[in-house]
Amino acid sequence: MKNATKLHSKFLMVAAISMLVAACSSTPMKDTALSATTGETTGDSSDVKGAVIDGSATSTMNELNDPNNILSKRNIYFDYNSDAIRVEFRPNISAHAKYLKAHSDAKVMLQGNADERGTREYNLSLGQRRSVSVKKALNVLGVSDSQIETVSYGEENASTYCSFDSDSCYQLDRRVEIVYPNE
Amino acid sequence: MQTFKLVIILVVGFFAITANAALDIEITGGGAQQTPIAVVPFGNNKIVKYEMAKIISDDLYRSGLFRSLSTQGMANLPTNASDIKYAEWAALQAQAVVVGNVTPLPDGQFNASFQLVDVFKQQPLVDMDFQFKAKYVRLTAHKIADVIYEKLTGHPGAFASRIAYVKKLGARHYLYVADSDGYNPQALVNSNEPVISPSWSPDGSKMAYVSFEKKKPIVFVHTLKTGSRKIVANYKGNNSAPSWSPDGKKLAIVLTYGANSQIYTINATGGGLKRITRSRGIDTEPAFSPDGNWIYFTSDRGGRPQIYKTSANGGGDISRVTFEGAYNVSPRFSADGKMLAYIRNDGGRFRVAVQDLTNGQVQLLSTGSQDESPSFSPNGRVVLYATKKGSRGSLASVSIDGTVRQHLSEARGDVRESAWGPMLK
Repeated sequence: MKNATKLHSKFLMVAAISMLVAACSSTPMKDTALSATTGETTGDSSDVKGAVIDGSATSTMNELNDPNNILSKRNIYFDYNSDAIRVEFRPNISAHAKYLKAHSDAKVMLQGNADERGTREYNLSLGQRRSVSVKKALNVLGVSDSQIETVSYGEENASTYCSFDSDSCYQLDRRVEIVYPNE
Repeated sequence: MQTFKLVIILVVGFFAITANAALDIEITGGGAQQTPIAVVPFGNNKIVKYEMAKIISDDLYRSGLFRSLSTQGMANLPTNASDIKYAEWAALQAQAVVVGNVTPLPDGQFNASFQLVDVFKQQPLVDMDFQFKAKYVRLTAHKIADVIYEKLTGHPGAFASRIAYVKKLGARHYLYVADSDGYNPQALVNSNEPVISPSWSPDGSKMAYVSFEKKKPIVFVHTLKTGSRKIVANYKGNNSAPSWSPDGKKLAIVLTYGANSQIYTINATGGGLKRITRSRGIDTEPAFSPDGNWIYFTSDRGGRPQIYKTSANGGGDISRVTFEGAYNVSPRFSADGKMLAYIRNDGGRFRVAVQDLTNGQVQLLSTGSQDESPSFSPNGRVVLYATKKGSRGSLASVSIDGTVRQHLSEARGDVRESAWGPMLK
């Protein structure tokens, strides 16, 4: 009889268990011509091994993080459907360009973001468009591509609480974050 | 300095004997013509862990094409066609009856024998046996349901299959694999950074997905049985949108390299990078056609995003596929290559569309306003997709004729991104 026991998946542990050999053979014997196959490649959903991931970053205090320094201002915001850099953010971009030219070992990652409307992969591309736009602005100011990586988080960091008629909420999602991975 | 904790491999197979029906599936609309069917509890069923007749009956009910009749209170519960007293079942208005029996085998396996019987003709339509190991009792019941479904509807069933979906709960992101009836979700990935774009290998043994664990999107291929994961694309910039070639040897992916999204192919084990599209705009969301000849994709080269196709080897002509509506994205094929599901922005509402590639006809199938991530069931009869009510995401499905709708939800968390896997063997 059915006996469903709750699976408590909160506590995860490393278990050295040898591979389950799952020969999934459900062999029909009469009637229709279904051939017997072993399910060694597919098994069923009990044969799934997962991974727990906890990536984390640490940072130290310097001019990049000093709240009094424009370099600590890391967000460039964009208009709807646009990747054009707004005038008010030109000083930020100039400051980061100056820092990068002064520290040739420094690498910057430009993380583009989009609001949540639309599919995740298309929004990844829209976010990317914005990070490319910031990169080009840095290029114009003399920063070389070797110091810049452009990526996108798409809508993954976007708010899920914005309502359709409130652009002031969506506006915060339309941004590029300037990240120094090695700070 | 960035530090990463060790990746802990969760050996989920350790919990194989328990099942957790965490995805609740509810029919919200049924087909107009439903076949009344009675699935009689199998004889000797208590020697296996789950009641097979209930799994079969629930599968048939959820398809929206059957009215499952209760057998409670019946004086006679036959386990073989020869024991059926037809008058009793005709009185219940049953058109079909399923009877079965479970027996143990000397090698420790079990045998389920069942018959699907036509009540009017008073004869069996199907008479089959399945041998199985104890842990495959649910899978075997689903296979039996598939046989019954096919015999009575003319279409292959899709109950013996799995679905993958991503769930966010608090600050954690999970990629789950569950049976197609929602049972036994197992976490393939449990991460503090987003996971998106799960994609099943054609044989169901591997999953490609995009993880942000290194603070940028990277494509992994994860072998389900062993838990081993391999980074197959970590080029400069984004690495995303993996889609398997039908022979399982290649992946189409999207790279950015410091410019806009473009489509490439790589070997499924990594390496062998080849560029497929070359445009100034965004080219993304590649999908191999099941015959392996084409890659369909989303592009805004014409101004707004539409779906185009190109030769799977790159080069050659690129032609546009979608002509209705100003915004069509996320192409996904049915297994027979005849239909394309995608998402259309219909006056601000993101809805699931299905296009018949043989005649170009398009239907808008879903009713939501934030529908995404469409995928076909392996038999091409149903489209699974992600939907939203308020700020919480869940899954939904709709039959391709629009008549049967289901809502699939978890008690907690925000479900997004789903992918229906291939049939289990």
